[in-house]
Amino acid sequence: MSRYRETMVPAAIIREMRPPPRQFMHLALLLPLLLYLAAFYAYPVLAMMFRSVSEPDWTIENFAKIFENAVYLQVLWLTFRVALVVTLIALVLGFPVAYLLARIEPSKSNLLIALVLLPFWTSILVRTYAWMVLLGRQGLINQFLQWLGVIQEPLRLLNTTFAVYVAMVHILLPFMILPLYSVIRGIDGNLFRAAEGLGATPFGVFRQVLLPLALPGVWAGSLLVFILSLGFFITPALVGGPRDLMIAVLVEQQVDMFHWPFASALAVLLLVAALSVFAGFAKGLGIEQIFARARR
Amino acid sequence: MTIRSHRGGVGLIVRVLAGLVFLYLIFPILVVAPLSFSSGTYLSFPPPGFSLRWYENFFGRPDWIEATWLSLWVGCAAMALATALGVPAAIALVRARFRGKSLVMGFIISPMIAPVIIVAIGIYFFYARLGLVGNPFGLVVAHTCLAVPFVVINVAATLQGFDERIEQAAMNLGATPWGTFWQVTFPIIRPGIFSGALFAFISSFDELVVALFVSGSTAVTLPRKMWDSIRFEIDPTIAAVSTILIVLTGALFLTAELLRRRSERLRSSISITEAATNEPLPEGAPVI
Repeated sequence: MSRYRETMVPAAIIREMRPPPRQFMHLALLLPLLLYLAAFYAYPVLAMMFRSVSEPDWTIENFAKIFENAVYLQVLWLTFRVALVVTLIALVLGFPVAYLLARIEPSKSNLLIALVLLPFWTSILVRTYAWMVLLGRQGLINQFLQWLGVIQEPLRLLNTTFAVYVAMVHILLPFMILPLYSVIRGIDGNLFRAAEGLGATPFGVFRQVLLPLALPGVWAGSLLVFILSLGFFITPALVGGPRDLMIAVLVEQQVDMFHWPFASALAVLLLVAALSVFAGFAKGLGIEQIFARARR
Repeated sequence: MTIRSHRGGVGLIVRVLAGLVFLYLIFPILVVAPLSFSSGTYLSFPPPGFSLRWYENFFGRPDWIEATWLSLWVGCAAMALATALGVPAAIALVRARFRGKSLVMGFIISPMIAPVIIVAIGIYFFYARLGLVGNPFGLVVAHTCLAVPFVVINVAATLQGFDERIEQAAMNLGATPWGTFWQVTFPIIRPGIFSGALFAFISSFDELVVALFVSGSTAVTLPRKMWDSIRFEIDPTIAAVSTILIVLTGALFLTAELLRRRSERLRSSISITEAATNEPLPEGAPVI
């Protein structure tokens, strides 16, 4: 007993006096980045948030203004609705694609994944522009419909809520497909065959086997798409109409008009919304896992 | 592996639906190119005739060329800075064991998740006070924050499948920690560093929202110039620029894909324990 003490005490003291050099090394490797982000990312964002309650002096007026004015409430509601609809459409469109990618022969799936990743890599601005070209009055879709004789006069497609949905789903779809694909790929194919063998209909297999097992992917993809939609700026600003004012576009307008504290209050609201959705749904899904296979 | 070729597994309906979605994904990207060769002044289908005038316009106008050079420069600088900061941090994050590690990781990748508009106005207010609006270095500093997560995630992913015993073996054989890094660790994580750096470059090169606030009138990047052009002049020059960007993106995409395959080969030939500890990445998905 006493011998143990003699050997343990000095060891503990040494550990305290001289921490393992590896710890120091790791700290030294990590610290430059942490300091950089603290100075040029965390501080500016926190200072901006602080501005929403401290200017001209301590006040909650900026927040009160958002909730008192019907126009701003309308913006909040529209932002939420667009994010929700975009997420649901992306889920419905993305699921069959993810399933196909996960189930066909790897030689074919490599090519098809390239079809998902190429748009994913293309600049959002370029993709939004492509939709402006397609949906414009002289655009391909109007020309095609007129050629078919379905319509006589060009339809107003651009600068509508419809255009916002079409373009946003297009841009965000890969964020849904990639997490779904990686989850569905991990499901043992024998389970489907077993279910079929036991007499399940194709829909039964989908509802009772595929969907429950794919659920982590459904949540991860939906979470990503929903959060990204909430803060979308470029696409609604370019293809939306004057009434499709989403919160990020409103923030930009307010900054332009030098209503900085009010813009900050809107930004705080957006951040709180994004964070609470994230916290609410990310339970049980590691952040690293969610972002391991998808992107900005 | 769970995927065996299982042809009957994907029904006709799923194939048709997925085919339509693929068309929806890819068609808009293909539609811009024919327009860029149009001889007409408006964006109309079908193009009235063939011409290269919009490409001439892009390469001939100093404002477009200057914006392109600035974006390339800012992209390279942000890439270099993000790599220099991100690679060591990624190594420390994978290796170190400490409380609150996932919190630190969350903080480092949060610039990727937080709505860009929030980061953009935060930085804009900050720069307005420092007089950094319209300064290219200001853009580099801001873009680095947004690019760092790509580097950290890519490098961390390559390190995760890496068997630390190889490093220990090198040190046992007398290598210094520095020598071990350059001769053992670096060659293995190199593909991760390259693809992380590539993503970092693209994220800066494509970045619009921060540039919209921070570039002022003196540091106009290519996306900012495109934005102004889409909003105010809308002639097919923008189609020509978009086509160039799509072709460049495709080329970078291929490069990243080759890097990824190389990394997978390297990892599978070196790692001793990978099979037991790590599930391989999905085919074709970027490591981010």
